Amino acid sequence: MRRLFALLLGLIVAGSVFAREAPTVAADPLLEKRAMALAEELRCLVCQNQTIADSHAELAVDLKNQIREKLKAGMSEAQITDYMVARYGDFVLYRPPVKATTLPLWIGPFVLLFAALAGLFYYILRRRRSAQEQPLSEADEARVRSLLESNQERP
Amino acid sequence: MLRARFLIPLAVFAVLVVFLGVGLTLNPREVPSPLINKPAPPFQLPQLHAPDKTFAQKDMLGKVWMLNVWASWCVACREEHPNLVELARSGAVPIFGLNYKDEREDGIAWLARFGNPYRVSAYDRDGRIGIDYGVYGVPETYVIDKAGVIRYKHIGAVTPEILRDKILPLVKELNGNA
Repeated sequence: MRRLFALLLGLIVAGSVFAREAPTVAADPLLEKRAMALAEELRCLVCQNQTIADSHAELAVDLKNQIREKLKAGMSEAQITDYMVARYGDFVLYRPPVKATTLPLWIGPFVLLFAALAGLFYYILRRRRSAQEQPLSEADEARVRSLLESNQERP
Repeated sequence: MLRARFLIPLAVFAVLVVFLGVGLTLNPREVPSPLINKPAPPFQLPQLHAPDKTFAQKDMLGKVWMLNVWASWCVACREEHPNLVELARSGAVPIFGLNYKDEREDGIAWLARFGNPYRVSAYDRDGRIGIDYGVYGVPETYVIDKAGVIRYKHIGAVTPEILRDKILPLVKELNGNA
């Protein structure tokens, strides 16, 4: 029993020898806060619907370290964003810049909304008009009258 | 009037089918690289097989060459590897490797096992140069022209079709023009 315990303990210790070091975190809490704020704005290309702040993919960890390093070296947020865009394209930005290639992205939803509203408006207008344009014919009116009268006669 | 009303859902459906159809042919993992037609980012790294020697992208100025980012831990690399070995044998274009975030022994053993199509593999232990090249999914392959400009990037395994339709014609064109 004791031998088994020692073996287990040995395995645990051996495991921690091979364990990777924890992801580095900047010592300065303010710098870390800035780094994470910037990381929230950048998309992880390995797991595309996560920010690099959320992602534990190796590339995301590397990029977070790059951000920390560059902030420490005195680069501004905008400079680091440019650095990322130069390598990975506008796709890394969760808020892509407005330019010709990204224009459909920015105005597309509004165009669709406008088209839908216009369609709805047109539909309602037409329905109302068609409802007004159909006065009762002589025969219908006579029928209505007779129905009403017959109703009144009912006990 | 009646007919038009029945045609509207059909038209909407048709548009939807077209959009979905186009969507199916797109690969969301293939993000267009901003590095196309830009100078290849400079690097100087130790060689995988000879740590005391280095390989730099500027060593290749004046030649059309291919840079293939690979790692022994990468499954798709193994898939494309026979194609690269074959390409190297044909001698159509010199292939250089960038061994990305790998252990040196693992990389060397991997090449010994599956064949080495690379003239030289640069050893990028911490993946820093990979970041400069916008690498996010190994394997990635770059075709670089005589002026040191990246002309083509392929993300994922290089298939015989990609070689035949994209890479080899481009290499031919780049070699012919200068």
